[in-house]
Amino acid sequence: MNEKNIKVLIVDDFATMRKVVRNLLKQVGYEDIVEAEDGVMALKALKSQKIDVIVSDWNMPNMTGLELLKAVRADEELSKTPFLMVTAEALQDNVVAAVKAGVNNYIVKPFTAEVLNEKIKKIMENINK
Amino acid sequence: MNVKFINPFLEGTTNVLKTMAFVEPRAGKPYLKIDNLAKGDISGIIGLTGSATGSLALSFTETAILKIVSNMLGENIKSINGDIKDAVGEITNMISGVARKNLEAEGFYIQAAIPTVVAGKNHSITHVMGGPSLIIPFEIDEGSFVVDVCLSE
Repeated sequence: MNEKNIKVLIVDDFATMRKVVRNLLKQVGYEDIVEAEDGVMALKALKSQKIDVIVSDWNMPNMTGLELLKAVRADEELSKTPFLMVTAEALQDNVVAAVKAGVNNYIVKPFTAEVLNEKIKKIMENINK
Repeated sequence: MNVKFINPFLEGTTNVLKTMAFVEPRAGKPYLKIDNLAKGDISGIIGLTGSATGSLALSFTETAILKIVSNMLGENIKSINGDIKDAVGEITNMISGVARKNLEAEGFYIQAAIPTVVAGKNHSITHVMGGPSLIIPFEIDEGSFVVDVCLSE
């Protein structure tokens, strides 16, 4: 699957971080990008359009990335949506909690455009197997 | 304060700014600070709890943070605005994340709160634990900033 054809949903409460992630994605060829400022808005976006992969921050008010992941996995219609967790929390317990909740992969801040692309590609390859 | 705390924050700061803002900060000699006065024009502060408790602050001069965030966003930002404040919070969060991961290897398990950001000339930074904080000074070509950490086991 070509980067151009992958629709990415960026979820982050910090507008600046959404901009940073968008810029990184653009650098490696992604063009179809939508944004949500928290988990609640992300669920709305997921219900209203076809999203190929969610790139979500972990630490957010209202609904954390982990809670969003659980909500997505619990929703029959959305449950298979690939989910990449972006986190500053590389601590072992957090990684285990995300894996248990069904995350496809995670990426630890700070990261480069190349690493972000690799993670998304690996997720897309695995789900298309 | 335990000297084991210095390297994780030094390494975290260099790593985050190199990767996200493409700058190579030069670290100066760490020293202890007794007053509450911030060393910069804008600061991010984050509370830390766990096997060590306290807080981490990053305090940037205006010229330094304008360069760092301009690089992060690929835009030329000329004054401290909402994007800069957001970015300072996020940079603080990321540095805390890398430092805490490094501290985990030393046997310290530390959780972080949500960062807050304070801007303005001569603002103050109050660490929850009180007492002197450790300052690690950094420089980039455009200005300076400090990591200001107060942690107690």
